[in-house]
Formats: sequence, structure tokens, C-alpha cells
Amino acid sequence: MSTLELRQVSKVYGQGAAVVHALGEVSLEVDAGTMVAVMGPSGSGKSTLLTIAGSLEEPTSGQVLVAGQDLATMSRNDKARLRRQSIGYVFQDFNLLPGLTAAENVALPLELDGVGARKAREAGLRALTDLGLADRAANYPDQLSGGERQRAAIARAVVGDRQLLLADEPSGALDSINSDAVMRMIHAACQRGVAAVVVTHDAQLASWADRVVFIRDGRIVDQTAPAPGPESLLGQDR
Amino acid sequence: MSVRHALLALLSEGPKYGLRLREEFEAGTGEVWPLNIGQVYTTLQRLERDGLVESDGDDERDSPQKRFRITADGSRELANWLRTPPDMSSPPRDELVIKVLVALLVPGTDVHEVIQAHRRYVVELMQQWTRIKEADAGRDLALGLAVDAELFRLDALARWLDAADGRIKRAAAEPPGPARDDLPKLRRKTGATP
Repeated sequence: MSTLELRQVSKVYGQGAAVVHALGEVSLEVDAGTMVAVMGPSGSGKSTLLTIAGSLEEPTSGQVLVAGQDLATMSRNDKARLRRQSIGYVFQDFNLLPGLTAAENVALPLELDGVGARKAREAGLRALTDLGLADRAANYPDQLSGGERQRAAIARAVVGDRQLLLADEPSGALDSINSDAVMRMIHAACQRGVAAVVVTHDAQLASWADRVVFIRDGRIVDQTAPAPGPESLLGQDR
Repeated sequence: MSVRHALLALLSEGPKYGLRLREEFEAGTGEVWPLNIGQVYTTLQRLERDGLVESDGDDERDSPQKRFRITADGSRELANWLRTPPDMSSPPRDELVIKVLVALLVPGTDVHEVIQAHRRYVVELMQQWTRIKEADAGRDLALGLAVDAELFRLDALARWLDAADGRIKRAAAEPPGPARDDLPKLRRKTGATP
């Protein structure tokens, strides 16, 4: 069973002359422990795909299954619980709450889910420590650099027992060294069994994924083949 | 890649045998550029002929028995080479660019499909380089730098393909503007015209 499965998902905005087909019959499976990148230009429908996969928006037609559960059959409350417990989101602009410290931001989804404040803080601190931010835990977002803010956002997205990580241009405006660090962290989460979907227009970001899916005008047009080992690039004359 | 100057650089640390030079060359380039031992000896012979390195022992002995050291001229040549930018003034004849330009001329060809075939290949190569970077985790500086160079080069191609994709799509929707006659030089240099 895939952690995330989209079956023939379409999304249409507006009607009549103003109709926009944002997604057309998109099917996609993402297994536990794998990272899939969805690569396409602006306006190709990749962000819509992510919001639908994360149950933040409903498809016009088609099915979305998270951990085998069809989102269409779930109540609003069940979906809200699924979002709090099982899905982590990372956005380009971090979306950290300015009035909370890094540790409080990371602990927030657990607290909203009813975990006791102390336990939530401990789990939050652990997630920050894993991402090398233990000494910044008490800092507020405006006291963190761009790279640190994005690491805190990733800590928040993976804290607790999340199964699905959804990231929209996760390295946004970061330089290449910080981008690498962010992608390394998402990859490490996958190695712990998380399924990740990263949408991006950036080939360097996409190249961290196990599989890259290409999207054009709301449709998946192509995908990369499973990669051969790195040996094929090294020591070619031996 | 100048094997000649790489060998001078390795010899600037002290005298060495050919076999060791080969090992150090490969380690220093993150093993991204393999080098056969024949190439090492041919290059050393030429360097010796040009007075940039010298060897001990008599000339009769085989190269593997000889130890090489850099001369003062060799050190000057190396310092000069390091600071001379390589010639990048004329655009390279890039086969990928040519294929996309030619695809525009062939009736019944879906250029976007051609572009996608190249994009997929470029991204697949980038995935492999990224695996190497990931596995190394920053331990080998030379390897990290060489892999970054390859990733940035391929990334530039991927960006160009994206830009070409968008530009061709827009051109199909809009009629072309009036032709300009002040561009023949660039056209000739890029090899865009037959």
C-alpha cells in the first residue's frame, strides 16, 4: 500500500469561458521511504497537486488516498486529524509563527493534537536537535537565518509520527549550500520511512528524489527511470 | 582538463614517481577524471622535453623507474596557468542546442517532446551525481567540488531547456516580429545556421 495515491485526479477552477483545468487525470503513487519530485514550470499545476494531496483542497474528480484511506469518505474532523498527525507541510516561505520560538513552532502540531505541553516540547526539541538547531530552540523566527528558519519548518513537518511530507519549493531563495542541507534532511526523513513529495521547478532540487515526475499543463507527461548506481559515472575506464 | 598542469601541480609538492602521480591525480579530481598510466608517462616525457620537469637516473631506464621533479620554469608555467582564465569567449558548439534548433525545422516534429526527452536524460544524470554527493556527505572536498561543477553544468542545460520550452510555446501563440539584420555574427558563432 502506498502512503499517498492519486487516482485520475482532476481539478477545474471557474466555469464557462473562465474555466481553468489545473490538473487533468493525474495518477501518482508514493511509497513509504521514497521521495518523489514533481517538476514543472510555474502554472503547470504542481502546487495544486500538492494541496490536493494534503487534503487542503478537494479534487473536482478522482480519488486521493493517504495511507490507504480515501479522503472523500472522511469527515472534516477526520481529515483535520489526518493533517495534524500524519502529514507535514513545508512551504517556500517557511510559515513559522512569529510570536513563538523555534521549539514552540515545532511543538505546535503536537500540542494542537492534544499531546501534553511538556511531551510536545521534548519531541520538538528532539526534532530540532536532529536538524542541528538545538542551540537555536529558544530563538524567535526573526532571529534565525533563512536556512535556519527552513530547517525549523522541516523539523515541524516531521515532528511526531508523520508518514507523509509535502514540500513546495522547500529551498525557496536559499543558497546552494543551505538548499543541499534542506534536501539532505528531507532525504533523511525518507530513510526513516516517510514518503515525501517535493514540487519544484529546480532540477538540482528534483535530483535528490528517487523518482522525478514531469508535469506540463496539469498533466504528468513523463518520469525518470530508476537510477543506475553511481558507479556508472565514476572510473569509466576501469 | 589539462593533465600537463595537473601533473606540474602534484610535482610542486615534491619529487614523485609516475604511478604515484596517477593515483594522486585521480584522488585530487574526486576520481571523476580517470587517467591511464600511458597518458601520465607521455605527458611527463613532453614536460621533460620542454624543460618543465626533470628526472633523476639515466635516460636509458624505463619511465616507471624514474622519479620526476618540477623545475623553476615549470613552477613559473604552473603559476601562470592557474591565473589565466580559459577561453570562453565563443559559445561552444553544443549538440543539445543544435538538436533542439534542428527539431524546429523538421516538419511534423513535436519540439516539446524532443525537449522533454533531453530534459529527462539531464535530470537522470543529475540524480546520479546527487547520489554520489549524498553518499560522500561532504567528506571528500575535491569530489564535492567536482560533483557540484557537473551538477551546475547540467542544471544550466535543464534551465535552458525550460526556457526554450517556454519561448517556443509563446512563439507559437504570437506572430514573429520583423526580422533584424544586425545579428549575423552571433548566429555564425553559435553554429546555429548550417
